[in-house]
Amino acid sequence: MSEELTCITCPMGCRLKVERLAEGGIAVSGNRCPRGAAYAREELLAPKRTVTATVKVRGPLGSGGGAVGVRRIPCRTRAPFPKERVGELLAAIYALESPLPVKRGDVLIADALGLGIDVVATRTLGTSE
Amino acid sequence: MKELAFDAVVIGGGAAGMAAALELRSSGRSAAIVEREERLGGILAQCIHTGFGLIEFDEELSGPEFAERFEERVAPAGIEAFCGCTVLELDVEGEQKTVTCVSRSEGVMRLRARAVILAMGCRERNRGNVRIPGSRPAGVFTAGLAQRLVNVEGYVPGRDVVVIGSGDIGLIMARRMSWIGCKVHAVVEILPYPSGLTRNIVQCLRDFGIPLYLSHLTTDIFGRDRVEGIEVAPIENGALMTEKAFKIPCDTVLLSVGLVPENELSRMAGVSINPMTNGPWADSFLMTSVSGVFACGNVLHVHDLVDYVVEEARRAGRFAAAWLGGERPKRELRVKAGPNVRYVAPSRVEPGRDNKLYLRTMIVRNDAVLEARIDGKVLCSIKKNHVQPSEMITLSLGAAELGAIAGTPDATVEISIQ
Repeated sequence: MSEELTCITCPMGCRLKVERLAEGGIAVSGNRCPRGAAYAREELLAPKRTVTATVKVRGPLGSGGGAVGVRRIPCRTRAPFPKERVGELLAAIYALESPLPVKRGDVLIADALGLGIDVVATRTLGTSE
Repeated sequence: MKELAFDAVVIGGGAAGMAAALELRSSGRSAAIVEREERLGGILAQCIHTGFGLIEFDEELSGPEFAERFEERVAPAGIEAFCGCTVLELDVEGEQKTVTCVSRSEGVMRLRARAVILAMGCRERNRGNVRIPGSRPAGVFTAGLAQRLVNVEGYVPGRDVVVIGSGDIGLIMARRMSWIGCKVHAVVEILPYPSGLTRNIVQCLRDFGIPLYLSHLTTDIFGRDRVEGIEVAPIENGALMTEKAFKIPCDTVLLSVGLVPENELSRMAGVSINPMTNGPWADSFLMTSVSGVFACGNVLHVHDLVDYVVEEARRAGRFAAAWLGGERPKRELRVKAGPNVRYVAPSRVEPGRDNKLYLRTMIVRNDAVLEARIDGKVLCSIKKNHVQPSEMITLSLGAAELGAIAGTPDATVEISIQ
């Protein structure tokens, strides 16, 4: 059984053909450099994505720190997250409410879904300047 | 009315404006930034996805993180930042420039300077600009407006979405809408190839099974009060196949159909505009046709990476500082877009030093060759693994390449891609 992928390591966009071998390995063709094979291996065996989302602000909005009209705190996973668990992770993020102030890098969810990856705020909001 | 004087005033406090102002300060010049929003950072605040900073910080950051890393340097550098402050007028009287602006806290204010750096960024093309036929229901948004509503203000603009145009913001929004629980039914692109980056096609569309209709034109938008669907038809061999038209039901249409540099103020100041970029013509100092008025970032030409914006803005800041100190380009050569090149910015180089050029191609090609020539003589020839219109190309031309032709008067450097 073979699958096709487009490599996104660089703008070339090589079309990769991947064969799953009997012993659990894979064979990659169509790649113009070794990065293509590494990409295909990760993408097929353990795909990951950096997840970005926003968290609801709890309570009244601060007026300082440029928080005017801002109702959501942007956040992201500190590292790429297993793709098949992204739906569950988003549900956990959307269930959250966080008070202000919040600082860039503050941990909003520690060790998300027990996978060892934190979700952190990506913007400082609500601190008086 | 408050009147203040600086060596330079920077209009726009996004990535370009901040980088330019910081560079002015480190060259020992006083600088003010005028920013319309309540906070510095510009469009980066709503670009909460990652992919920023790989060149600048050697890390993959989100937009707000990238912006804050610059923002926190502004005050300590002694830059006066006027936020929530809109520029009404840019007036040039010889050496003296006057920026008239208004804010809630200060009222009307006049800032005077010998140098002005334009860093106003760009705006999205809208439905009127691309003339999509049909009725006028609610539910048609530009992708960037929807991005602000979702990511900053916390509103969901609709449930069943179609994206028209395959620019990066549209692709990023297709993923965002999917991640907030909406259904994205299609992305419709008039060209035979996507306008956005390959990685966005893969990670924003294929991950969610969103179909991409290339070479398809939107021929109608239906709905009276709210969008009910659109009609699209394929383009085959240059002809619109109306008999093959089909409907896609949806309640929301997002437009990602291009960006245009925002030059209303520049025009007011008499700056002449390059019709290929919709940004000012700039010389080797990134100075516009108006002496002492410089331009950088998306107001000059639309970039695809903020990292390149920052790089260009730093040079604008440095050149403005040098210009304030009395430096001028010693001699300049004209730069022209040759075969398969849509534009080159800036449009002048100075032979005696390093010049950085940004260009866009009109073709999609693997194993291409980028060449700079003068009167048919090749100055440099660079292999490119892959070129496409959505990927900006950078080219450095230094004394090594340009030195040999130092004697030719009125020479033009032609940049081509074959």
